[in-house]
Amino acid sequence: MPADVPWIKTNPAAALARSEPSEGGNHGRPRAVDGTILLFLLQDGITNGAIYALLGIALVLVFAVTRVIFIPQGEFIAFGALTYALLEAGRLPGTVWLLIVFGAVAFTFDFVAMLKDGGGVRRLAKAALLDLALPAAIAGTAMLVAGRGFGPLAHAALTLALVTPLGPLLYRVAFMPIASASVLTLLITAVGVHLVLVGLGLAFFGAEGVRAPAISDLMIEAGPLLVSGQNLAVYALTAASIVALWLFFERSLWGKALRATAVNRLGARLVGIRTSFAGALAFGLAALVGGLSGILVAPMTTIYYDTGFLIGLKGFVAAIIGGLASHPITAAAALAVGVVESIASFFASDLKEVIVFSLILPVLMWRSLTQTHVEEED
Amino acid sequence: MNQRLALGTFAVLLAVIPLIPGMPVFWVTLLGNVGLAALVAIGLVLLTGVGGMTSFGQAAFCGFGAYATAVLTATHGWSPWQALPVALAVSGFAAVVLGLITVRLSGHFLPLGTMAWGLSLYYLFGKIEMLGRHDGISGIPPLSVFGISLADPRAAHYLIWTVVIGAAILTTHLLDSRIGRAIRALRRGQIAAESFGIDVARTKLIVFVYAALLAGLSGWLYAHVQRTVTPAPFGLNAGIEYLFMAVVGGAGQIWGAIVGAGLVTLLKEALQRVVPAVFGTSVQLEGVVFGIALVALLQVAREGLWPHIVGLLPARQRAAPKPADLLARRAPVAGTDSALEIGRGEALLVLDQARKQFGGLVAVNDVSFKVRRGEIVALIGPNGAGKSTTFNLITGVAALTAGTVRYDGVEISGTSPRVIARHGVARTFQHVKLNPDMTVLENVALGAHLRGRAGILAAMLRLDRRDEARLLAEAAHQIERIGLGEHMMKPAGSLALGQQRMVEIARALAMDPELLLLDEPAAGLRHFEKTALADLLDRLRAEGMSVLLVEHDMGFVMGLTDHIVVLDFGTKIAEGPPEAIKTHPAVLEAYLGGAA
Amino acid sequence: MTETLLAIETVSVAYGKVQAVRGVSLDVKAGEIVTVIGANGAGKSTLLNATIGALGAQGAIRFLGEDITRLDVEDRVARGLLLVPERRELFSTMTVEDNLVLGGFRVPRGVARDTMAEVYDRFPRLKERRDQLAGTMSGGERQMLAIGRALMSRPKLLMLDEPSLGLAPRIVADIFRIIADLRAGGVSILLVEQNARAALAAADHAHVMELGEVSVSGPAAELARDERIVQSYLGFH
Repeated sequence: MPADVPWIKTNPAAALARSEPSEGGNHGRPRAVDGTILLFLLQDGITNGAIYALLGIALVLVFAVTRVIFIPQGEFIAFGALTYALLEAGRLPGTVWLLIVFGAVAFTFDFVAMLKDGGGVRRLAKAALLDLALPAAIAGTAMLVAGRGFGPLAHAALTLALVTPLGPLLYRVAFMPIASASVLTLLITAVGVHLVLVGLGLAFFGAEGVRAPAISDLMIEAGPLLVSGQNLAVYALTAASIVALWLFFERSLWGKALRATAVNRLGARLVGIRTSFAGALAFGLAALVGGLSGILVAPMTTIYYDTGFLIGLKGFVAAIIGGLASHPITAAAALAVGVVESIASFFASDLKEVIVFSLILPVLMWRSLTQTHVEEED
Repeated sequence: MNQRLALGTFAVLLAVIPLIPGMPVFWVTLLGNVGLAALVAIGLVLLTGVGGMTSFGQAAFCGFGAYATAVLTATHGWSPWQALPVALAVSGFAAVVLGLITVRLSGHFLPLGTMAWGLSLYYLFGKIEMLGRHDGISGIPPLSVFGISLADPRAAHYLIWTVVIGAAILTTHLLDSRIGRAIRALRRGQIAAESFGIDVARTKLIVFVYAALLAGLSGWLYAHVQRTVTPAPFGLNAGIEYLFMAVVGGAGQIWGAIVGAGLVTLLKEALQRVVPAVFGTSVQLEGVVFGIALVALLQVAREGLWPHIVGLLPARQRAAPKPADLLARRAPVAGTDSALEIGRGEALLVLDQARKQFGGLVAVNDVSFKVRRGEIVALIGPNGAGKSTTFNLITGVAALTAGTVRYDGVEISGTSPRVIARHGVARTFQHVKLNPDMTVLENVALGAHLRGRAGILAAMLRLDRRDEARLLAEAAHQIERIGLGEHMMKPAGSLALGQQRMVEIARALAMDPELLLLDEPAAGLRHFEKTALADLLDRLRAEGMSVLLVEHDMGFVMGLTDHIVVLDFGTKIAEGPPEAIKTHPAVLEAYLGGAA
Repeated sequence: MTETLLAIETVSVAYGKVQAVRGVSLDVKAGEIVTVIGANGAGKSTLLNATIGALGAQGAIRFLGEDITRLDVEDRVARGLLLVPERRELFSTMTVEDNLVLGGFRVPRGVARDTMAEVYDRFPRLKERRDQLAGTMSGGERQMLAIGRALMSRPKLLMLDEPSLGLAPRIVADIFRIIADLRAGGVSILLVEQNARAALAAADHAHVMELGEVSVSGPAAELARDERIVQSYLGFH
């Protein structure tokens, strides 16, 4: 019964909560494990798993197109959640300044590259538009909107507008200059970017945690389960996002171009698809998906500037099970990760991180044995 | 000499620093921290830079060493020195267990794996009752040597740096040896290493455990210097920092690890102290600065700082090896005709209905042929005919779908390249697989790997010099034989492609093979080089060696070989002596058909 | 005077310290088929890859009079210089039609639609298999798709790297018929081949590469009669 396991009710995303070693001890070990508890755990796991699925898919997308194992994907979630929660609280989120800083740095990179290669006024104007004007416009809108009591929908849209451009800008600065480097170099760079983003998160959002109000107060009784409006929103938006991504990849020329780049980079270049364009687009999508996940998570748990990393890593477990290649397997694996984590946090809450991360090893092992790797010589 | 001088100066400098009057203890402690980090970074350089296995989890092994000694000394009252072997054993055991999994992970799965267990162990350290959970263990006794307490950082400084410099020297020795060449072959050219009998998985595990032991040793020292352990310094962030040190110094540079450890430790200290003081904020920007520095470093100077530091010193010329005793040979020595003639003509390599399918595609279609002792056989056919795949089936790089390959009467299909090499089969590669950064001599000496004995301890302690001298002399002999003696001490990557192919042949010969497999040996050679190669192969045949070669150059093949096998679309369409092949209608059709 | 489409001027390419192409110069004029023949490893493919911009090169490469030496691959493609590489580089897990659609990535949608109809007319086989995955097709069909994909960009100059590689003799004959057809349709071609006999028969002008350098150049018909070339590259007699 819910009363026996109060943490499930008060914190449906217990698994998403901060999980430092300091976290408290055993939560009332169950006297008997009945079907209801298992159902609860399943529901809890699937809710989290849906979010991991979004993350996993973004990670697969970024890896396929750019070969970057994008460790900082979790930071997009944290930024999305913090931005949305702060907007909901009537405050101006630090994302505004972050976006402008990123744009300025990207512009500097574009400017220096132009001094080296030439390219004229048009290129400069384009860079200024994308790196400076667009972020400034979005930031300006945010300043106008913040604190005026617009509803969750407007705040969610604004959050996505603030977070999404961070993806391409990040790609421009950190990854594009070494786009042809080995997967390993790109991975170490990704780890470096993760450090930077967590540090910037602290600087721009502060150390305090925030939590957004629930999207709705809706509660539906389904047998012994209580399904909240929040849960439904997570399921619906995750499903909608996956369908939207599928349509994008199957139907649109840009989506096909991304797939083509993932399948064969040289082939893509030979038909005129710019690798840097594909990379920026992939990072943009990843940031968009990250921002969306953040909005979904924000009402479920208190989010801190560094919460994203652990959430992101769980998406990673799923992406790796999908071989960093398959979207459907990744999505299914994400749900499984959510459920395993939910069950682990109930029976051995102390060791849930240990269990979830240790689970990666057999998967990696299996992947290594079944996937033939070309000897990478860097 | 220059290097020894530099090392001596460095050691004296380190010895003097604590003695400088008025030197604050704080600086000496900081220097000690540099040493502790350098110890881990040295192992990481070997693991990542040289061995090509990137580990983000190295800090966890420090944790094993530190926690083991903390429990034994603080809880159970052992002396630190009694606890040392246990601490190392615990780190080593953990490394064997994790290593058995980790070294089998391929490509980018390996670093992800280290991240996974790095994180798991960090959480585990913080959850275990015996390890004091999140609060850790305190009250660890300080070290003492001959009754002198090392509680004073000034005293501990000497122990730490003796260990660091000792580890650096031993590691340098290790790399300059038979095992060291095998280790250096891990990052580039594992297939080549396996083809010369090197057990790649085992070598990787050795490196992994070695790096973990250095980290465990650092953890043991850390526990007794710090006198308290908590989970924090053994987490993923610490692991990233260690990796950063190795990259800053220059992945692959043992002494660079010390430079990297110094820079990163000092930078971190500066950021923690200076930034808040200047900006009046409590916000920790070290992560941001570290991250930016790491990203920038990879964009600007991917090979790290050490190569630039070394560039300031005059280059050290390494001398060619001196003559040494001969290595034992497998085959009867050339010139003893009686021994030679015994086996000549009998079938050495036999392919029987060898078949390889990739899904529905039949790459090699039930191909049978023989290579007899003392014979040169050529495998020819248009591009895409299945020659390379056939080659891979013989060398064990690819597995047969059906059929058998026998060598000297023993079935070798289904075994690994390593086992096939032990039978006395040496090969070259169509796409040259030399380590471009190793000298020609070292590359060729890799071929003689199976003919040496010296192990890892002998190498570290320099007890392997006689064995090593023989191997190098043999390598030098083979390089002279192919006519590249003047290039012996140059990096292999600096040679022209044709010359690199010849180096591959020398490497194969250094194995003292009975059967030589050559994949397009004449490609990229100039005319006179081809003639020289043909002469060499002719001489080898006269000495009783058997050769199977894949080649495109018809003139080369026709003039040299005893027997030719022609493949087209995976199927053998003809075989026989060169004269018969020249006029064989199926062969003419395959080569010229369709275009007429 | 016919217009020079492509001018390669003393181009050198190095892989690390190894020079794969040394000081090669050649021209392709409008409406011409020019072939480069030579042994494996002579630097032929390297030359094409440098011309398309996939490899960095020293020297100058001009296309339609413009110096394109420092342009990206994608910008060269946008100017009408296309490469069908030795390994085809198709999008193997995508359909034939998607491969063609992507071939027209840099041209306006309307033009791409019309061009696709032309490509399907030229290669009815591709139309039959439009919904099949590119990776499941036979070698000859893949070569056709690779050429069709390149045609989608409306090339002025098409570079073909070993189009007959790994194909059965009958298919090779098809491929060379297609090459002749393309020229008749106004596309100029730079052809790299190991099948020297077929290449010399199809080309107007030929260059022989050896160890990264052009050793012999001349009208293709003349080279086909040259005893030394026949000996070295036309197989054995």
